[in-house]
Amino acid sequence: MRSFGYASARDSADAVRLADRTPGAAFIAGGTDLLNLMKDGVQHHRHLVDVNKLDLARVTESASGLRIGGLARMRQVAEHHAVRARFPVLAEALLASASPQVRNMATIGGNLLQRTRCGYFRDIGSACNKRVPGSGCSALQGWNRGHAVLGGSESCIATHPSDLAVALTALDASVHVLGPGGTRRIPVGEFYRLPGDTPQIETSLRPAELITAVEVPRHPTATRSRYLKLRDRATFEFAVVSVAAALDLRGHFVRDIRLAFGGIGTKPWRSAEAEAELRGKNLTVERVEQAGRVLVRGAVPRQDNEFKVELVQRALAELVLGLGGLR
Amino acid sequence: MPESPRPATTHTRRTVLKSTAVAAAGATPAPAPAPAVAAAAAPTTAGDVAEVMEITLSVNGRKHAVTVEPRVTLLDALRERLALTGTKKGCDRGECGACTVLVDGERIKSCLTLAVMRQGSAITTVEGLADGDRLHPVQEAFIRRDAFQCGGCTSGQIMSAVACIREGHTGSDEEIRQWMSGNICRCACYQNIVAAVADAAREVRR
Ligand SMILES: Cc1cc2nc3c(=O)[nH]c(=O)nc-3n(C[C@H](O)[C@H](O)[C@H](O)COP(=O)(O)OP(=O)(O)OC[C@H]3O[C@@H](n4cnc5c(N)ncnc54)[C@H](O)[C@@H]3O)c2cc1C
Ligand code: SF4
Ligand code: FES
Ligand code: FES
Repeated sequence: MRSFGYASARDSADAVRLADRTPGAAFIAGGTDLLNLMKDGVQHHRHLVDVNKLDLARVTESASGLRIGGLARMRQVAEHHAVRARFPVLAEALLASASPQVRNMATIGGNLLQRTRCGYFRDIGSACNKRVPGSGCSALQGWNRGHAVLGGSESCIATHPSDLAVALTALDASVHVLGPGGTRRIPVGEFYRLPGDTPQIETSLRPAELITAVEVPRHPTATRSRYLKLRDRATFEFAVVSVAAALDLRGHFVRDIRLAFGGIGTKPWRSAEAEAELRGKNLTVERVEQAGRVLVRGAVPRQDNEFKVELVQRALAELVLGLGGLR
Repeated sequence: MPESPRPATTHTRRTVLKSTAVAAAGATPAPAPAPAVAAAAAPTTAGDVAEVMEITLSVNGRKHAVTVEPRVTLLDALRERLALTGTKKGCDRGECGACTVLVDGERIKSCLTLAVMRQGSAITTVEGLADGDRLHPVQEAFIRRDAFQCGGCTSGQIMSAVACIREGHTGSDEEIRQWMSGNICRCACYQNIVAAVADAAREVRR
């Protein structure tokens, strides 16, 4: 790792001020992604602003929903009684992530901002538009089994690796930030950006903005919500394909449904079209299959990842039919 | 490989590490052990950006004053400054678990955290488990169950197991496998590791 300066911030305002006025500064929370990227030379920061002392680690439930502090740890959120009882998809997505040690360290804010696991991105010897804009994308003609089939461009087809972000996308969460210009609330659907021809810009976060909290609204679908993660080994591995589903059912009648997907899109992928196939109708195997077909309608598979087009439809059917008691 | 600054001498790696560790690990604030840290300046306010910092790490119940650059991981500080080489470096990327230690009772990967971020925390390494000559029940169980071959992963497995038992994730072999999955064993001693953890869990609860 190249050397850098370090300062521990006292509070949120202090953290933002430090990051704002120190050129080349970055926040460090758990450090579980940032330090890997810095060791590999993928990122360099002249200064790190440690935000671990900030009073932002609380998880609270109110009439309007759940508020998760930006510095809450993955384990803490996964074990929280309100999360488990009323937002189970969040607990499941978190428990399916990383390892117990990493979940003790990693924060919710850092999780949302973790960077892609595209091997070319993390190898400084390879061309990568996300790491070095304009250098080319090694994955387009290379080994792209793990890459996206939706939302890609000729600049980049990398997936976003966060399981939590997929679950939050299904629950219509929003990200609260504090920056030099004050506070903002960003719906998670607008937080992540498609690569287009600027894959180096991944979120709508502005310089020196700190994630202070994530808010998850209470909703009739949230209590019947689940996460299905398919991966190359039983545990401790990133998703090949994942599905978050939240369902408000009366008998077999779907009053409301939210669906989000991981591993197939260049950002956590919400499909309003697939939801529309199921909302306001009785749940049947045929309708779920139709929703799957609608989901992948615009898919652009590459050499090694064509299997994902089929796999995600099966995963969707497995999860939603299971939730609906049809499997 | 660690990139922390070392004195440029003709010493072998071992002797350099030893002497640096001795100089830096004294109970009283250490004299600057190497030219690279002669300009030591502890930050006084959060606004100061430090190149080298004098910090105190509390390890296995003892306080150690060390002088580190911010880029030194907790793992490197333990091994190279405090000469506590029981904690192993496998991947240095959070993937293998060999570097697992307890911080304030919780298991973490010491390769993914900076020493300067752990001031004021109580750190436990494998050297701190035994009670005098009496090994910790998890250590005993690993020996009894022959739960290692090369031993490279073992201290990490043991630290992780201590936490896993305390967390209550040892209800079945399946659960142990799931909750010990952050620790990889290249020698694939998994069966015996699971048996050792199950043994130790029974014993600790007795
Ligand atoms: C071995 C391994 C396996 C993993 N497996 C999975 C997995 O299966 N699923 C999964 O989802 N993830 C997985 N991860 C990723 C892990 O979840 C992330 O590394 C972690 O959540 C990042 O959080 P952190 O607090 O450590 O962030 P850091 O590493 O500290 O920071 C990450 C980024 O976020 C920024 N940042 C941090 N906090 C804030 C804030 N409050 N406001 C603004 N910016 C901030 C930092 O500047 C940095 O750019 C894995 C990681 C490892 C090492
Ligand atoms: S897919 Fe994106 S991250 Fe991967 S090499 Fe191409 S540009 Fe880089
Ligand atoms: S050395 Fe830390 S996890 Fe491998
Ligand atoms: S005993 Fe050799 S790696 Fe586990």
